[in-house]
Amino acid sequence: MVARADWTATLSQFGDYETDVFYDEIFESGGGPRRGSKLLVERIEDLSEGELLRRQHAAEAALLHLGITFNVYGAEGATERIFPFDVMPRIIEAEDWKVVERGLEQRVTALNLFCDDIYHDQKIVADGVVPEEIVRSASGYMPECHGLNPPRGVWCHITGSDLVRDGDGQFYVLEDNLRCPSGVSYVLENRQILKRTLPQVFEASGVRPVEDYPSRLLEMLNWIAPPGVMSPTVAVLTPGVYNSAYFEHSFLAQQMGVELVEGRDLLVYDGFLCMRTTRGFQRVDVLYRRVADDFLDPLAFRPESLLGVPGLLDVYRAGRLGIANAPGTGVADDKVIYSFVPQIVKYYLGEDIVLPNVPTHLCWDEKERTMVLGRLDELVVKPANESGGNGILIGPHATPDMREEFARRITANPRNYIAQPMLALSRAPVIVGDHFEPRHVDLRPFVLLGEEPYVLPGGLTRVALERGSLVVSSSQGGGSKDTWVLAE
Amino acid sequence: MLSRVADSIYWVSRYIERSENIARFIDVNLRLALDLPPGTGEQWEPLVLITADLPLFNQHYDVPNQANIIEFLTFDEDNPNSIARCLAASRDNARSVREAISSEVWEQLNRFYHLFRTAQFRSLVATDPYTFFSRIRQESLLFAGIVDATMSHDEGWHFARLGRQLERADKTSRMLDVKYFLLLPAVSDVGTPLDDLQWSALLRSASALEAFRKRYGRISPKRVAEFLLLDRYFPRSIRHCLLEAQDSLRILSDSSAGNFANSAEQRLGRLTSSFNYAAVSEIISSGLHQFLDSFQRDLNEAGDAIFATFFARRPDFDPGGRLWQIQAAAAQSQS
Repeated sequence: MVARADWTATLSQFGDYETDVFYDEIFESGGGPRRGSKLLVERIEDLSEGELLRRQHAAEAALLHLGITFNVYGAEGATERIFPFDVMPRIIEAEDWKVVERGLEQRVTALNLFCDDIYHDQKIVADGVVPEEIVRSASGYMPECHGLNPPRGVWCHITGSDLVRDGDGQFYVLEDNLRCPSGVSYVLENRQILKRTLPQVFEASGVRPVEDYPSRLLEMLNWIAPPGVMSPTVAVLTPGVYNSAYFEHSFLAQQMGVELVEGRDLLVYDGFLCMRTTRGFQRVDVLYRRVADDFLDPLAFRPESLLGVPGLLDVYRAGRLGIANAPGTGVADDKVIYSFVPQIVKYYLGEDIVLPNVPTHLCWDEKERTMVLGRLDELVVKPANESGGNGILIGPHATPDMREEFARRITANPRNYIAQPMLALSRAPVIVGDHFEPRHVDLRPFVLLGEEPYVLPGGLTRVALERGSLVVSSSQGGGSKDTWVLAE
Repeated sequence: MLSRVADSIYWVSRYIERSENIARFIDVNLRLALDLPPGTGEQWEPLVLITADLPLFNQHYDVPNQANIIEFLTFDEDNPNSIARCLAASRDNARSVREAISSEVWEQLNRFYHLFRTAQFRSLVATDPYTFFSRIRQESLLFAGIVDATMSHDEGWHFARLGRQLERADKTSRMLDVKYFLLLPAVSDVGTPLDDLQWSALLRSASALEAFRKRYGRISPKRVAEFLLLDRYFPRSIRHCLLEAQDSLRILSDSSAGNFANSAEQRLGRLTSSFNYAAVSEIISSGLHQFLDSFQRDLNEAGDAIFATFFARRPDFDPGGRLWQIQAAAAQSQS
């Protein structure tokens, strides 16, 4: 327990808020607000009693009316809830962000070269940097994609890697999401709501804007249209209204002013991808797909699937369609491949990695596996091919039975498991009842790869809802905050 | 516009119009009950006749009294035509086409839907039903106004208008049918204050009392029928609804006046013409109920033709035939 510094005595809103041993996003360790957060904390202190809570409720009502909700199924049928949203923003200072920005640009550029190499000559394998066995066994690896030449050589157009901060305040990459990362709509909606909630602080703080994301996304999508198409028809492909990210799919389509299509709206006709309209068929030139690779084309990937568009991959292969992200990019989402990213960056760019990985032990390696099995009570074990916090063992919090179960799983399928040290995830103040409490947070920034890589200044700050919990995933009940990247 | 999207927009608008009309029916009956001289007995059963849901009602309730009928038409989740189900269906359709309607339209639907689900609002139905039902009417009108004022009047809007006008024409006809056919006064009652009261209630139900008075002054059954069937200008008269719908259909089909480009236009055009050139005395002498019956049949056929022309996935464009089989199973028209 850290002794409370003098300043807190005068802070009514933050009461007995403690930073404890963790890195806090808003407060110095045991002290006052960080430089960039001063204004915010002062203004919040100036609010009359109950005012902040009133604004929190107003923000929640706004989210409900905007329909930014998901269904909770219970005894009385489905009820709708909003994704928990906290009006206290998370602030990232300009110099910290510079590192993140540079690191992500570097990472995405290298991963894009990696995808292209993997589906062509596999030089990186031939040169012994990434083992062939690892590539072949990655679940996102699609042999069907060999020889594909995506328009403009871009594979991973939209990337959302997850970052965390450890006790020293250093950012680490926790995992990469190159298939269809979601969450950017919440970044944009959270910002809208927060501008209404704390207009004065927002204006005075010099926050970098995120609002141009949809136009940048559209520009990039237009850029990957097949050559010769003057004004391309772009469509967002969604699995449908029951998908948990459906709100985002329709939000992005609406913001970009393009069609939102489902598989059943599409067909391949005369060598082109077409959608069924009230006036017959219309050609589609670029697809921003938000469905998994497997469900794109039953002829190419999954014959038993009724989802997807038969023949779509042929159209793509013939160069008559742009797809973002390209099929096959999931190979880089594999957590064993992830552990090679520093070498991948070095191999393609000749640079040292800017944003480090969390140290990762591969159970695939016999020596490391023995070590991991001996230290299951201190490590976090993750399956290589899952996301969203599924199937994870948090060693220190686990029962002996669970550890034993994981030891069995690891031994049975070592390729599918990695282990990482338990991180002291950074924390930020969150409104709980009528006061602030610290909660662990992570950050998902979004990167577009068009002519130049573009890192959206902000991102989705996800918040663990339970005190002490490290689980921030929204599918596991996490909430979110607006992320303010300061201009200077 | 995608066929699927057009279909959904049409139903978003149609379901809201339906809930508004249900609120109108109930509201007017509440008023009528207040005005009736003691001992004449309240008439609640016709309300479920209007929506053609009497058999379903009888399955779930024993007495067609005020409380049961209101529950059935307003909140009952087992009644596909209850306000609750209409609002949910409208919103579900809207949710699947959010990118094609304006944010304001979506937000209004959402507010309306959530308002309707709050216990506080629901409790009004017992304590202050007039406020309750007039609020539902207002929210629906607000929805229609927002659709008109915030959406481009392009394809999507025309499908919304088409849905709204066809639903409205259908409900006006049912209202008239019930009153005219089932409540036709005994000869001795014609012209009595009671008869007058019921006809003005009917007009009020269609928000038509004031417009009617301006046009005709004294109430007579024939004039009321003429007004609600054939008036060129009143927005809830069947002819007006058909003309509006026809206008949208023509724009959607890119055809010129007097011609048709598809079966939807042909059917709706024929139906509209029959109203344009009708005389109320002929309708009444050959039987209003028969007339309305055949109108509803024709209207349904026009609705089916709209589905076939614009919304159904066309097998003739699918050379392999495989997609059609899969999708025919998934595609179903709403009603």
